[in-house]
Amino acid sequence: MAIVAQETKFARIFWPVLAWIVALIFFFPIFWLVLTSFKTDADAVKPEYLIMFQPTLENYLNMTENYDYWRFALNSVITSVFATVFTLFVGVPCAYAMAFNPSRHTKDVLMWMLSTKMLPAAAVLYPMTFLTKNFLGIFDTHFLIILVLSLINLPIVIWMLFTYFKEIPKEIIEAGKMDGVSTWGEIRDILLPLAWGGVASTALLCFIFCWNEAYWTVRLTTTEAATLSKLIEGNRAPEGLFFGRLSAVSTAAVGPIIVLGWFCQKQLVQGLTFGAVK
Amino acid sequence: MASLTLRDVAKAYGSTRVIESIDLDITDGEFVVFVGPSGCGKSTLLRMIAGLEEISGGDVSIGDTVVNEVAPAKRGVAMVFQTYALYPHMTVYNNMAFGLKQAKMPKDQIDKRVREAADILDIGPLLDRTPRALSGGQRQRVAIGRAIVREPEVFLFDEPLSNLDAALRVQTRLEIARLHERLGSTMIYVTHDQVEAMTLADKIVVLRGGDIEQVGSPMELYERPQNTFVAQFIGSPKMNFFNHSDLAQTAPPELRQVDEDTIIGIRSEHLSLCSAGEETLSATYELVEQLGEHALVHCTTSGGTEFIAKLDVPPQSGRDVPLYLRVSPDQVHLFNRETGLRK
Repeated sequence: MAIVAQETKFARIFWPVLAWIVALIFFFPIFWLVLTSFKTDADAVKPEYLIMFQPTLENYLNMTENYDYWRFALNSVITSVFATVFTLFVGVPCAYAMAFNPSRHTKDVLMWMLSTKMLPAAAVLYPMTFLTKNFLGIFDTHFLIILVLSLINLPIVIWMLFTYFKEIPKEIIEAGKMDGVSTWGEIRDILLPLAWGGVASTALLCFIFCWNEAYWTVRLTTTEAATLSKLIEGNRAPEGLFFGRLSAVSTAAVGPIIVLGWFCQKQLVQGLTFGAVK
Repeated sequence: MASLTLRDVAKAYGSTRVIESIDLDITDGEFVVFVGPSGCGKSTLLRMIAGLEEISGGDVSIGDTVVNEVAPAKRGVAMVFQTYALYPHMTVYNNMAFGLKQAKMPKDQIDKRVREAADILDIGPLLDRTPRALSGGQRQRVAIGRAIVREPEVFLFDEPLSNLDAALRVQTRLEIARLHERLGSTMIYVTHDQVEAMTLADKIVVLRGGDIEQVGSPMELYERPQNTFVAQFIGSPKMNFFNHSDLAQTAPPELRQVDEDTIIGIRSEHLSLCSAGEETLSATYELVEQLGEHALVHCTTSGGTEFIAKLDVPPQSGRDVPLYLRVSPDQVHLFNRETGLRK
């Protein structure tokens, strides 16, 4: 009995401490980022000012006045929102069809869609740039970024929705058919209300992926459709280390998504566990 | 209300045929039960009538119209699912009204129909609840209510009682029988439980391996099964089969005449104890299941054939003492051993 009690006591202390250490390790870069954003570029590289320093808003003022932060932020919002909406608009009917009217090839189609995620993005960098710039003339447009973000996220969105839809008993959809509801009606009146949690967490994850996407948004834009990723990238000055400035831009870029994630924690966890935990 | 006709109906998934060319006539107002072991195609057949499953061959007609290509909701049928399949996010009222709303029926008319159905099923006080807050039996009533409000020509029930406990099953079975009497609609009911089939049906359709084995009234099937499968499927306990060699020397002469190629079928309830010299068969028993008004006695003949006798009074003698059992010759069923068909 005593041993059991001792072990329990040990566990009661050990695991929370471990959890805190891990959490702090994860949190430290963000903490450091935010802290640095309030230092001048000169202070930022000096070790003696790591914790104790004279805070300044200079970087943030500089960012909004000289770098037009709000335009980049607006571009991020526009492209992420529209890409998420478009992805769901295509993904919901697609996942519905595969979940409730599967054919012999449904599994193969799902695997094929996932396999597109295995292609290294860099492999198609040249054709993408060439085609969009010289051939289609849509380089550096919102349309292109929305399209690219949608296509990148579509496989994972369809997989997630498919998993959620699979949990809905087929008979409920069939009862709808007996009641004479149209295909769109089935999706709108039966499927979406039942899978609402799943659809919401899928949308949220998709939005976060769109917001954070950097590879294509940096390479397929110059000014017009440039997102916050591009702003960060642009401040990675080759001539010197402007850590303060870079930190302020990065903080302002990840800030909105962290706040959004904080408010939607519950949905996010549900999304990340892929409907495994109900 | 309407009659229903199946002509040469078949279903295949790729090259696998699950329903073989079925012909069936169901008259207006009839209560028909599809019964058979699992995998016999009874649910598939029902779903084909409902329009949830495509028809690979033949015609399904409701009234005079071939409905093969007609959408489920336009066929004039309503279905009660095994899992109830209620819409979990809607109240009981909306569950029942949903189909009528889809048909663009005026609101006051919907309201009237829903309340009427709720009255019939005694679920009036539950209309504002969601299915989550209901018991299994209540959910089943709502599922039936959802079918009633549509005033269908044909009701389809897909094993509606299998998720209920035994007591509720008997009660709901009675209610479905009453409902049939009250509405007078054509009803098709799928079950694997032959007791449900016997108690509810005007007409039983016994299915096996995608084919009809026999169609008839419950008593027809009980008294004149067309083959060994139906003979053993209908009735509980299932019919005993004996060989010629199991019969005693004192068996009635018409039974003594049967040859080796004949299966002799005798229902447990038709066997009775008699004194030595009058017996049709003799056997020893291993086990007695005492059920109160009668006992199921598990016996073995000297030839090694095991069978069950349903006796009013369990045997008083010891297990190694032979039991003498007799049966009246007109309660014996004879089947061809090779084809399984009735002789």
